Amino acid sequence: MMLVIAEQRSGRLHRASWEALAAAQEFAAGQPVEALVLGSGVAQAAAELSQAAVGAVHLVEHPALQSYTPDGYVLALQQAFGTLRPEQVFLPHTYQTRDFAPKLAARLDRALITDCVAAKRSDAGASFFRPVYQGKLVAEVAAEGEFPHLVTIQIGAFRSDKVARGPAAAEVKPLAVQLDGSQIRERPEEPFQEAKQAVDLSQAERIVAVGRGIKAQEHIALAEQLAGALGAQLAASRPICDSGWLPMERQVGSSGQTVAPKLYVALGISGAIQHVVGMKGARTIVAINKDADAPIFEIADYGIVGDLFEIVPAMISALEKS
Amino acid sequence: MKIAVCIKQVPVREWQPAVEETRRAIRERDASFEMNEPDAYALEEALRLREQHSGEVVVCTAGPARASQVLREALARGADRGIHVEHDGLTSIGADSFAVAAVLVDAIRDERFDLVLTGLQSDDQGAAQTGVILAERLGLPHATIVMEVQVAAGGLRVKRELEGGWFQWVELPLPALVTIQSGINQLRYATLKGIMAAKKKEIRKVSPGALPAAHVRVVSLDVPRKTKQTQMIAGPASEAAKVLVDKLKNDARVLG
Ligand SMILES: Cc1cc2nc3c(=O)[nH]c(=O)nc-3n(C[C@H](O)[C@H](O)[C@H](O)COP(=O)(O)OP(=O)(O)OC[C@H]3O[C@@H](n4cnc5c(N)ncnc54)[C@H](O)[C@@H]3O)c2cc1C
Ligand SMILES: Nc1ncnc2c1ncn2[C@@H]1O[C@H](COP(=O)(O)O)[C@@H](O)[C@H]1O
Repeated sequence: MMLVIAEQRSGRLHRASWEALAAAQEFAAGQPVEALVLGSGVAQAAAELSQAAVGAVHLVEHPALQSYTPDGYVLALQQAFGTLRPEQVFLPHTYQTRDFAPKLAARLDRALITDCVAAKRSDAGASFFRPVYQGKLVAEVAAEGEFPHLVTIQIGAFRSDKVARGPAAAEVKPLAVQLDGSQIRERPEEPFQEAKQAVDLSQAERIVAVGRGIKAQEHIALAEQLAGALGAQLAASRPICDSGWLPMERQVGSSGQTVAPKLYVALGISGAIQHVVGMKGARTIVAINKDADAPIFEIADYGIVGDLFEIVPAMISALEKS
Repeated sequence: MKIAVCIKQVPVREWQPAVEETRRAIRERDASFEMNEPDAYALEEALRLREQHSGEVVVCTAGPARASQVLREALARGADRGIHVEHDGLTSIGADSFAVAAVLVDAIRDERFDLVLTGLQSDDQGAAQTGVILAERLGLPHATIVMEVQVAAGGLRVKRELEGGWFQWVELPLPALVTIQSGINQLRYATLKGIMAAKKKEIRKVSPGALPAAHVRVVSLDVPRKTKQTQMIAGPASEAAKVLVDKLKNDARVLG
């Protein structure tokens, strides 16, 4: 049996849970897929999951699972796996999964393959595809040893709207676990957002984004000029915001904003997946990078291989003339 | 506070990895190597904690002989001593997270560190698992993707990064393991004095014998397939820029 662990926060399903479910259904090719959700007061999330074409939804409820903790989740899932005996377990590659899945794999001493973008079955067995070397290569990998094998699915790699719906709601089966708060060592506080976002990049029609290729803080002005000429907002990859060259509210990517402008111009950005998830919804993507192998070109509509310090001034003057 | 920092030596980011004919490894002999970026931040965080709370910073790596270079660099930045688990099988792509965690645990368990820091993921494999497996094997509580570390009574209070600009503080008892996100601090670089001092610092070599069985096997390495039809615009900068602006205006119709 294949099992998908859905993620919820305050009872609301994380969108990526549906993507993991879509990946599992595709990989299962008709074999039974079941889902599991854990927490406290998450029956509504289980009911939502039961709309998908799954064999069952396992509902693991316990007061000690009210807030996410790695100790609580690993104890609960270890018991659930003991009962359900899944073969492959798919999870969305979220921050939360990254926090507990390796611990669960280590507790069970079973394989964990992270950040997968595709899966394949052949006579030789199952294999999974994942980016390595910052997206410059893709590795096909296989899990060794006994089931369960844990597999995490990269966010955005599968489409949530591809999830097959069932003819009728699947059965929601409560699954009891024994936990006691004293087994949980982590004391989480409430999640919060840093200072209110003053710029809402998600509404921008055009964006010029700078990456580490800009080299120094004083060169940001060049990108600003291009943004001005295009009528665009200025954005950046994470290292630029980490260095304080632009405020964090201008960061695009998994830990920043998600944008979908008409035009996205990436200057000296390599195209790491954590950046790309935040901007691949842009209608027209332009990449300017001196490295012809940079992964950003895989998703670009227009690309120029070259030095941004030559190309950007030329663009500014071409825009001024036109 | 006695702190261990786990550092992986990885190929430099700028390198487009060349793949061996077997397609199961990269041509490491063609690569230059550097300290995995988040691990450099983990080291910096450890040095700052030592400055505030005194103690010792021990840097640990598992890799072939070449990996001792990252320990030297860490010692030059101020770490007190190093541990090198040396094995030719611990290659850039071939070192299995479980195997790395196992050999590191054997090398550091008896030292009873108060705090173990790792990077949140490696630039080469990007598995994002070695640190957390290490925590489980050492019996330590952990927190991942951390952007601030505070020492509180009997434990730590750490700021975990969540998705989309959200954060969360978590308290952990010590000893603990924390995985560090890039950008948590500003890195210091080695001074000439540091480099000289590093020459006298100890690096303990550990030979793990046979490596534990891998949980994940590399079947094949390839360059990614393009998902989009990209129009590449060639020519001198001024020409290319003109063509691009024209296309944005008249084909894509995305200008004002
Ligand atoms: C959990 C997690 C969350 C993350 N969240 C985010 C996020 O929200 N947003 C984000 O952006 N990143 C995020 N990252 C970081 C991400 O993995 C990359 O490290 C980062 O996006 C790289 O930024 P970059 O492309 O600017 O730098 P690099 O990868 O260093 O690329 C710089 C590029 O500039 C090019 N270049 C250099 N000089 C020139 C020149 N003169 N002309 C033209 N091109 C040049 C180089 O060829 C290279 O491709 C996250 C990482 C993790 C692990
Ligand atoms: N061979 C190694 N030697 C020392 N530390 C390592 C090694 N491999 C991974 N690590 C640590 O584990 C973190 C996560 O690596 P990974 O699981 O490969 O993404 C890295 O940032 C390092 O801190």
